[in-house]
Parts: sequence; structure tokens; C-alpha cells
Amino acid sequence: MKILVCISHVPDTTSKINFTDGDTKFDTNGVQYVINPNDEFGLTRAMWFKEKQGASVDVVNVGEAETEPTLRKALAIGADNAIRVNTPAKDGFQVAKELAKVAQDGDYDLIIAGRESIDYNGGMVPGMLAKLINANFVNTCVGLEVEGDKATATREIDGGKETLSSSFPLVIGGQKGLVEESDLKIPNMRGIMMARKKPLKVVDPVGAEAKTSATKFEKPAPKGEVKLVSEDNLDELIDLLHNEAKAI
Amino acid sequence: MSVLVYTESENGKLKKAAYEAASYAKGIADKMDTTVTAVSVNAEDTSDLGKYGVSKVLKVTNEKLQKFNADAYADVIAQAAKKEDTKVVVIGQTANDRYLAPILAVNLEAGYAPNAVELPESTSPFQVKRNAFTNKAFNITEISTDVKIVGLAKNAYGLKENATEAQEESFEPSLSEEDFSINIESVDKATDKITIADAEIVVSGGRGLKGPENWDMIENLAEVLGAATACSKPVSDMGWRPHSEHVGQTGKPVAANLYIAVGISGAIQHLAGINASKTKVVINNDPEAPFFKAADYGVVGDAFEVVPKLTEKLKEFKANNA
Repeated sequence: MKILVCISHVPDTTSKINFTDGDTKFDTNGVQYVINPNDEFGLTRAMWFKEKQGASVDVVNVGEAETEPTLRKALAIGADNAIRVNTPAKDGFQVAKELAKVAQDGDYDLIIAGRESIDYNGGMVPGMLAKLINANFVNTCVGLEVEGDKATATREIDGGKETLSSSFPLVIGGQKGLVEESDLKIPNMRGIMMARKKPLKVVDPVGAEAKTSATKFEKPAPKGEVKLVSEDNLDELIDLLHNEAKAI
Repeated sequence: MSVLVYTESENGKLKKAAYEAASYAKGIADKMDTTVTAVSVNAEDTSDLGKYGVSKVLKVTNEKLQKFNADAYADVIAQAAKKEDTKVVVIGQTANDRYLAPILAVNLEAGYAPNAVELPESTSPFQVKRNAFTNKAFNITEISTDVKIVGLAKNAYGLKENATEAQEESFEPSLSEEDFSINIESVDKATDKITIADAEIVVSGGRGLKGPENWDMIENLAEVLGAATACSKPVSDMGWRPHSEHVGQTGKPVAANLYIAVGISGAIQHLAGINASKTKVVINNDPEAPFFKAADYGVVGDAFEVVPKLTEKLKEFKANNA
């Protein structure tokens, strides 16, 4: 089985979000970049398929040279090969089209991406990629098993779960649940040393065009002070929730 | 040229999110001087859509579409959009909406802006404000394609009545085998519990509750309020509560009317995930807990004393206000 894991290069979850150039650009100053958490759950599940079922695992990112440390980290976790499509990521459609070319050239059976990146929260790349290459697609996937040429996937729905089965090729929009938080691997020294020697191929983009653009950013308005209510006067809290917030 | 809204139903009944999406579509249609057409799949009674500004309902009734299937549903909406020569398609942001939207975007060669929180500032160029960075910021997205898809974030626009005469029309899309190439084996949905996605009120517990055996008080408080229960990331990581209850940046987003956090300190990732909720209440014995900076109302106190007392008082309140 050939697996491709799509890796998004995103600000760490603890990052303070600021903007520059008249609020038109994300301020990268002092920001640490990581593998998008939703992608990391997928990558870790892919490692399981590599260890238990002999799968090969490639990772891919659409981005410029600054994303390479993130791809190297994926190699250190255990991916075999990395591919970087040498173009800035502009929007979901453009990224999906660039990934579609890599997916088709590599003839992968299973393609795993995160359900969304934690920066732009588009949640559209996996589904678009699937449609572009005529593959089946399971979103918000919290469980994935493979037997022969059939995959069984569990999808989180509002208020429950749904089980689906599919032939290959299959695209997964993954999230926590594909593996547990405690299964995530911190690369060890040996992994990091090996990752330096693993192939990281830079390929030219097909030149897909974006259909959307982020023209401006805004930060939420500063919040007013919290109103503290004494624990001996909970009637006041109920009154505030009912009459002021109109929440109950 | 009308604005098309996909109105989601479940077991034949339109969801609240469908009426909210219809209200929002009407807002866009007014800006573009056009009308709203809704497309529904196996919804029995669509007569209320007129109340929220829908002029025409394309009703699809098809046995094959009993279970949600993203490819097939996206195909249905795409065919409706083509039939109506639609330039703007509005959807909600339920799990199913998010599943079908990217497929629909490819079908229609359309740019897609998810998590929209306001009406477009301008419809030419088409610019809409949306949540980004997991609610830590907003982003104005410009869609440059001929056909545009906007996903309305839950509870961002609300229901807006706008009485219109809605014509119903039966619509029979042509479905192909390809639309059903993925098999839905089983659906496991608790029908007696309010889901985090649908809930108006969410009561959430954190590590401060000390152990899963103490969750009764969260459930009791939730029951009085008709709320869904949720938890913080450490609680789900330790296995005290199922993952499906984990809310936050890597868990579920919460956009409720009221979010009550009990014994949750308020890590930045947690706050990001619940930030879209309208009113936030924190109950915590540590006055320095970061959640107090994010909350509207706070009680500094021992959750084990405050929560049962609050539950009792809410019971009285509910009884008097029923």
C-alpha cells in the first residue's frame, strides 16, 4: 500500500496571532511552526500502517523553502520520502490542484490530510483533492482500518459516528481519534539523524490559480472585564444570565 | 440568478441551521437585488422556509438519498445551482455541510469561503468576513470566481424573519453510480442526547473535577439547562470522557449561546475553540485562571459546592419561568 500524507506548515497552537502591513499579512515574527495537528494524527496512523502492514509513506507540502523543517520533522517521525511543491500556498483550491498532480504521479492508494489546518481553517483541501482525482473521500475521520483492497473508515457526525467502506484510491480528512494523543511520536535523535539523509524532492508547481484571496485580517474586539459573582449569591448570576445576557 | 441555499434536514425535518442559512441567503439576495431559492433533500415540510425569505423551494425526494452521501448531495446541489443559474450558493457549517462543500466547489469550479460570520461587505468584488486562526482572528476573503460558495458559521447570523411567498417545485436531479461509490455501512447516533453541534447551551468540565466519577454534577447542570456536555482536552486525553466531547482547537468548535466552563483553567487552545460562543461563564477556584480573562461572568469558588447549588437554583428558576 502506498500512502501519501499531506502536511500543512502552521503556527504552533500556542502562538499569539498578529498581523502586519496594515493588517494584510500574518505576522510571522517569533512564531514557531509545526506540523498541523490534524495532519500529525494522520501521519501517525500512516506510521502504524507502515509498521504493521508494510505500507510506504510519503509526505508532501505545498510551500516555499521555509516549510522544509516541518517536512524534515515528518521524515524524522518515520516517513520514507518527502515532496515539496515549490510554490506558496495561496488558497485551498490551488493547494488541492497542486496536490492532485503529486497524488496522480505517485499513484497512491491512500491519501491522508488533516480535516482542516489550524491557521486558515478552510477544511477544503482533502475534499477538493479527492474530487479532482476522482477518489472517494471520508471527512472528519476518527478511525481507519485497511484489509486487502478495502478500507473501513469511521466518520464523526454531529452527535455520533458513521462507518463507511471504500475501495482505493481513498482520501481521508483526518483528526484526533485516528490515533490517540498519547500515540503521537516525538522524533528521537536517531530519527532526526536519519531524516537528514532521506530524500526531500522539490518539484515544480503546475501553476494552479487561487479562487479566493485573504485581503485583510482583523483581531476580535477586546473583551470587557469579567463580571464576578460571589458564590454565595448565585441568584445574581441567574439574573444576569436571564436579563442581561438573555442566555437562559 | 437567484441565491441558492442548501437547507439541511434530518429525518425529514429541516434543521435550525437550515433556517439560519436561509435568513443569511436572503440578506445576500437583497444586496444583489435577487431572490432566494432553497434546495432540500427528503425534507417533508418545507413551508416554513418562506418565513425566512425563501421564494422558491426545489424539493428533492429520492429513496437513494435517505442516508447522507457527500458526493451525491454535492451533485444534487450542483445541478440545482446550474438549473437556477446561481452565482452564490449558501450552506451551513454542520459536519455534513463541511463534508460536501469542497466536492461542490470542484463541481461548480467555485471559490469557497467557509466560517462566514457576517453578510458580505461587498458583493462585487465579493468580500466576506470569516473566522480564521481557530477564532483567534477574522479574515476578509475575496472570492474571484463566477460562482461563489459561502459557508455560514453556526449562530453567527441568527434567524431573521422575512415573510415571503414560497413556491414549491419538485426537482429530480440525475444521479449516477459514481455518486454512490462509497458505502455507508452504519450510523451510530445517540438520539436521546443533545449534541454539541446542535446545542444552544454547553456545560463543559475540566481537570478541576478531579475524576470521571464526579461528572454527575456536570450532567445534572446540563440537564436542567437542556444543554450538551463537553470537556477539555486533558479530560479526554486521560479517558475520563469520550473524545467526541473534547472541545477546543483540535477538538470540536463550540458556537453556543451560552458556554459554562467548570474547573477549566482556559488554555489558549481551549479558548480558541469556544470563543465563538456568545456568553461565557467560568466557575473555578483559582482566580488567576486565564479563563476569567475570556469569560463574561465568573464565580471564584469550589466547583463541588457551586455547581450543585447553581443546579438547584436553576431548577427553581426554570420552574418559576416555565
